Amino acid sequence: MATLSFFYFGSVIVLCALLVVIFRNPVYSVISLLVMFFHIAGLFVTLHAEFLAAVQLIVYAGAILVLYLFVVMILNLQQDDSYQRQVKWGLGLGLLALAEVIAIISKAALPDEPAQSKTAAAAAGEAATVVGNTEMVGKALYTTYLFPFEVASLILLVAMIGAIIMAKKGIMEPGPLRESK
Amino acid sequence: MIPLSYYMILSAIVFVTGVVGVLIRRNIIMLLLSIELMLNATNINFVAFSYYLGNIAGQVFVFFALTVAAAEVAVGLAIIIALYRGKATVNVAELNLMKW
Repeated sequence: MATLSFFYFGSVIVLCALLVVIFRNPVYSVISLLVMFFHIAGLFVTLHAEFLAAVQLIVYAGAILVLYLFVVMILNLQQDDSYQRQVKWGLGLGLLALAEVIAIISKAALPDEPAQSKTAAAAAGEAATVVGNTEMVGKALYTTYLFPFEVASLILLVAMIGAIIMAKKGIMEPGPLRESK
Repeated sequence: MIPLSYYMILSAIVFVTGVVGVLIRRNIIMLLLSIELMLNATNINFVAFSYYLGNIAGQVFVFFALTVAAAEVAVGLAIIIALYRGKATVNVAELNLMKW
């Protein structure tokens, strides 16, 4: 069952990732990325990361992709949207990198089974104080990783201000850009 | 049970797809989408390691990667809109302001 679900999610993820790059119409690419995000969320559920699966759906599928769709539709791209000239080089480099990574992974001593501590703790019958995934993430986030968490909020603030300033009217219009054409 | 290396190979395939997308596409929006692919590939790796090593830190790092992705999308799309206003193109081959 676990194997079946992994291969289902994995094959759809790979297919959608390829379609994102192959489709010429940006709207189709965004939709295929949406399908990929849903399947990644499913993969997270099989890996017992339920909180992240929910966050993946809400933040990626709900917020980020809607932003992409807005921009694609605002810009209303009708021009020819072909590939770069160096498609062969890109594919060759990509396959080379992939072969390298797979060679490294096949030689590495990676665990075949999930860590014993987790399964043992579950089997030991801590039913009274069973800790959910969300609780564990929250605890780690607010104790060990409190400082990075605050920095993340700062990043979001800076991104918000930056986006507002960049998208303001008149930042790119006047002057040298027009004349250079 | 599925070995951890399967998850890593899946993530490597998605990552390389993103790299190839950045290399071969002309549309700057597609470049940002390919970067999203790469970020998600790393997220798969983080969560798989978190499960197989029994350490919650991997999931916390996915949380931070998500934050950075959201910030990157907001700023990146704002830059694209500003560029489109100025140059009326999203083709990266025509965006050569910094060329000397």
